[in-house]
Amino acid sequence: MLNLTINGQAIQVPRGTMLLDACQMAGADVPTFCYDPQLHLAGSCRMCVVEVQGRHNLQASCVTPCVDNMVVDTESPATVEARKIILELLLARHNINCHVCEKTGECKLQDYCYRYGVDDSRFAGEKGHFTSEDPNPFIERDYDKCIMCTRCVRACDEITGAQAISVKDRGHHAKISTVFDGKLADSTCVFCGQCIMVCPVGALSSKVSMNKGRAYQCEKVLTTCTYCGTGCTLELNVKDNQVVGVSSNRDPVYSPVNQGALCVKGRFGWDFIHSEDRLTTPLIKENGQFRAASWEEALDLAASKLKSIKTEYGPDSIALFSSARVTNEENYLAQKMMRAAIGTNNVDHCARL
Amino acid sequence: MANEKRVLLEYADQIDPRKAEDYIKVGGYKGLEKARSMNRRDLIEEVKKSGLRGRGGAGFNAGMKWSFVPQYADTKYVVCNFDEGEPGTYKDRIICEKNAQALLEGMAICATAIDSKQGYIYCRGEYPFMVKLLNDAVQSAKASGALGDFDIEIRMGAGAYVCGEETALIESIEGHRGEPRFKPPFPGVSGLWSQPTVVNNVETFACLPYILTNGADWFAGIGAASYPGTKVITLTGDIENPTYFEVPTDYLLRDVIYKLGGGIKDGKKFKAVQVGGTSGAFIPEQNLDTPIDFDSMAAIGASLGSGAVLVLDESRDIVDVVTRISKFFEHESCGKCNPCREGTWRCREIMERINAGKACPEDIEKLTVLSRVMKNAALCGLGQAAPIPIDSTLKYFKQEYSCKLITL
Repeated sequence: MLNLTINGQAIQVPRGTMLLDACQMAGADVPTFCYDPQLHLAGSCRMCVVEVQGRHNLQASCVTPCVDNMVVDTESPATVEARKIILELLLARHNINCHVCEKTGECKLQDYCYRYGVDDSRFAGEKGHFTSEDPNPFIERDYDKCIMCTRCVRACDEITGAQAISVKDRGHHAKISTVFDGKLADSTCVFCGQCIMVCPVGALSSKVSMNKGRAYQCEKVLTTCTYCGTGCTLELNVKDNQVVGVSSNRDPVYSPVNQGALCVKGRFGWDFIHSEDRLTTPLIKENGQFRAASWEEALDLAASKLKSIKTEYGPDSIALFSSARVTNEENYLAQKMMRAAIGTNNVDHCARL
Repeated sequence: MANEKRVLLEYADQIDPRKAEDYIKVGGYKGLEKARSMNRRDLIEEVKKSGLRGRGGAGFNAGMKWSFVPQYADTKYVVCNFDEGEPGTYKDRIICEKNAQALLEGMAICATAIDSKQGYIYCRGEYPFMVKLLNDAVQSAKASGALGDFDIEIRMGAGAYVCGEETALIESIEGHRGEPRFKPPFPGVSGLWSQPTVVNNVETFACLPYILTNGADWFAGIGAASYPGTKVITLTGDIENPTYFEVPTDYLLRDVIYKLGGGIKDGKKFKAVQVGGTSGAFIPEQNLDTPIDFDSMAAIGASLGSGAVLVLDESRDIVDVVTRISKFFEHESCGKCNPCREGTWRCREIMERINAGKACPEDIEKLTVLSRVMKNAALCGLGQAAPIPIDSTLKYFKQEYSCKLITL
């Protein structure tokens, strides 16, 4: 074990612990932009710098391994000055339209400016001038709000494996780009939206949820995605009893299957919920016309028809064709019903095609 | 040349740098032979004892660097930093043009010490003509049998200053964007393709054959005790004799300018000298009687760096010069970390404002705080050193800034 002193508090950590984690263990809230526990370290935003006694420069705590007898101050004057200047530098180029920004309320830039009292930038000068037009139906990209933390690039590579985006150009011209700076639709992007999930500011947001409600206005309802049998956990963002978006819960306790990662359907394909075309009761066809029925009536009818077919033609005259959109448990029950109740092995599934 | 002490450049223009035979005739590859006869630990100790410190700018003890390489790793690499991106620096090109075989021998000595079979020379993107020379030199050295089973490949940069930073250089060799990595891990433990890697400058490698041949004590006895040996320096700017020299490291900066350099051009007066390239400090007249070695330079707030010496005469506008330098750093920032990407941009804006006579005293304050944060918090040496020219001129030439400010 290593002995450290963080903000005057003695703490013991195992060898190999990073300083940021040690600071958190000691109860210090160290700000970060580029750090994401699910992604490889970048050490580039420099917001997590802390003062370590005896070290020449401030140390980016996310990439600094703990050393025995380190004495650390996470809010020293030099540290706070560095964070404030970094915030001012980011603000100087930021398209500040928080009043209409989708991320207001869950934006790290906003939160840290509030925390450190950065209301304006002394370095206001030339602004960014990146175009934001990308005619895809899902992901809004506004790089005049980008802080270049590269979490999106790393998530695209390390979580999804699509490698659709990377960094183009250098210095303050550097920006997140697809290959040859083309549209997302022409890239290897699969529109999973993991980039939106990890973006700490308003640079990336969902076009499908746009103007429908901000994070703090929505109730988050934890549920399981209905699109396939994988069983991904997601959060329905509900405002005024309407689903207005889907967000990720990245906590492995709540989201053991996907830890927040989703596919295009789970993240963006929820508008059917309130579709007028959606069936809300079973329908029974009589004389060529559908009429609404109760579940009891519909199930009774289906059971009696199945029974009569079985009596007249035998169990093998019945087959079940199941769906990949129901869960594994439901598929298990369906085949069991066919084998045990009907008495046939005629069971198949669309995912086998 | 009077006053010079030539070790690396002793046979300059007398031997063909491409031909191993020429080099062998003047005692070449004897150092490697000796290195191979020693055990690795003794070899590293010998290099440590010589006191050889990195000639690329950071001044780290070379033998110490090698000693960090773990013995258990199967694959290790020797990488030569020939990116030489500091404006005004061309000493590595001169060493290669005059004595390329010494570089190859030095790399092979390092390879012997760390048990490596593969070396790379990362050649500056602006030196395409050097690639042929180096390839010919490697071929000749291989054909002569001198290198044994140690192979050297030449890789070219694409013109990025930041690739002179060792981890950005490694990224570039790997085919990635030239961006620095965070350290630790240091390349000695996890470098090229995540294998232990020694990265040294051309001049550092080229010293090694002479250390091995003449002994560590001989080398340690040359020049300044804490930074022994010779240093190849390159003179540019308002100087009568703008060329390269090899001098012992205790040589005085004033003598570099007035004895070797022949003084200021056209009989003008001296104003300032920038040592170590564009990221170096500007030194005023009062500090000229300082030896050029690493620690003496550091003591006056400057750095020997790569050994570039840019002399400015009395007619030069310091603020204008520093404005151009700030533009250079804005252009060369890779964009990875916030303080450098945004800071170099805003430094240039403020410097241009001052230079155009449109700035007020608060702009100097902004520049000062920005410089401090960049030095304190930037990821790599580029962002940390970019404000040095600004800081040093604000310290010694404040009046040149003041007279351009709007004061109400």
